[in-house]
Amino acid sequence: MLRADGITVAYGRQRVLRGADLAVAPGVVTGLAGPSGCGKSTLSRVLALLLRPDAGRLTVDGTEVHRWRHRASRDLRTRVALIFQQPRLAVDPRLTLREIAAEPYQATGRPPGPADELAEDLGLTPELLVRRPHEVSDGQLQRACVARALALRPRYVICDEMTTMLDASTQAHLVARLEAYRRETGAGILAITHDEELLTRWTEPSGGPTVRMS
Amino acid sequence: MTSSLTVQNLSVRFHLPGATVHAVSDASFEVRQGECLALVGESGCGKSVMAHALMGLLPGNATVAGSAWLRTGGAPPLDLIAAPERVLARTVRGRRIGLVPQSPAAHLTPVRTARAQLAEALRELGNPAPADELAARAGLAPEQLDRYPHQLSGGMAQRVVNAIALAGDPWLIIADEPTSGLDRPLVDATMTELRRLADDGRAVLLITHDLRAAEQVADHIAVMYASRVVSHAPAAEFFAGPRHPYAAGLLEALPSRGFTPIPGRPPELTDLPAGCAFLPRCDRSTAACSHLPEAGTEPSRVACHHPLERPLEHPLEHHVAR
Repeated sequence: MLRADGITVAYGRQRVLRGADLAVAPGVVTGLAGPSGCGKSTLSRVLALLLRPDAGRLTVDGTEVHRWRHRASRDLRTRVALIFQQPRLAVDPRLTLREIAAEPYQATGRPPGPADELAEDLGLTPELLVRRPHEVSDGQLQRACVARALALRPRYVICDEMTTMLDASTQAHLVARLEAYRRETGAGILAITHDEELLTRWTEPSGGPTVRMS
Repeated sequence: MTSSLTVQNLSVRFHLPGATVHAVSDASFEVRQGECLALVGESGCGKSVMAHALMGLLPGNATVAGSAWLRTGGAPPLDLIAAPERVLARTVRGRRIGLVPQSPAAHLTPVRTARAQLAEALRELGNPAPADELAARAGLAPEQLDRYPHQLSGGMAQRVVNAIALAGDPWLIIADEPTSGLDRPLVDATMTELRRLADDGRAVLLITHDLRAAEQVADHIAVMYASRVVSHAPAAEFFAGPRHPYAAGLLEALPSRGFTPIPGRPPELTDLPAGCAFLPRCDRSTAACSHLPEAGTEPSRVACHHPLERPLEHPLEHHVAR
């Protein structure tokens, strides 16, 4: 279980989260909905160990998190993966798609894993893998970001408005890929979206709960 | 005489070292006064390039063929493709065609207030109307105009760029993905605003990947796939039963419908097949599909050798009932 209790975050004097609680159970898709500006993305950054909250407790499979970002233990921080809304802001523009998908192996000092197969599985051809972000579409770039997120086989995947920028077919494909990953590994998925129809379709098969923020 | 924009056989090529990008191929469509045409398709299919071609904003490595005749009011018809830059800059951009750009917050200058940017547009376009009045029409309060872009919410930034696009009282509004990244209530508000512009006697060309947003405002739907307009139909008819297999696949991928992706992936625009570009992903393909299908010129047309049948029930009833 990935569990956040009483999370409070403020940017300067503006408090964006006040005592937020959320639990992401393994094996199911948990939905998270709410209007823009309600703190969904901030909470997702806390859950991914990328932002230290001002107050509150985060536990990953029972282990309480005390260190954040690069100070977090490798084991803890690779257990949670985050997929962002805007792939263009989430990649290094100097890297090729193959390097982007393989970044997690390099960052954790592991031998290069099956990044190519993973990327292929997500619909990226070898020809696309040698291109850089400015040479591909948003949809193609987001596929590389999903490959990157799944590379180290995380126990929890947080999808923060992952498909808002994408067309219906690419959206359905990426959600299907994440569902296949969940069924195969028993990972917990947090689906953050303001699209109610998408939320229903995504959470229904696993019977996971939907949390609403305001 | 009603005003219109008639695009005929528009093609855009980008020349890169060792490759040619076929961004738009042989596209034809018409936008008439009081109407909204939605151009839908996935990212990278050439939609935005179309907008830039019509505005004369393509980079230097692009070559353009075809015509785009703009007929408004009493002015003589103007071919946007053949017109020199001087004419486009002085009489078209902002004055006859207004562009609502993608990601409004990024489009505004961060170091100046919304008011300064709107006032600049009004001054440059020779519109004596006060900024407050134009802003009020776009749904902004005067004090909101005094904010800097980072102090505006997504919806407010959207209204600011809408107001700027309308500063020169253009006849045609081209909205390039005006809703990407906005949540549903803001999408609804933006679509209502575009519909109002069309109802006021302007015309709207909406470029989007969001089929549901298109359904809210559009009178006609044009679907682009791999640089070509493959389907063009009245909106009610389209949503009741699209006839092109790709359009049907896109609709079937919506979470409110089948939520099933179209198998395979679109071809590269640098390496398009000679025949139908959708062939490898299509379950209706035959030998005939290795020849390029012609769309024809009917108001409801489809570039496919084996289009789906029109639905049997009355399309309008089906549309409303859903």
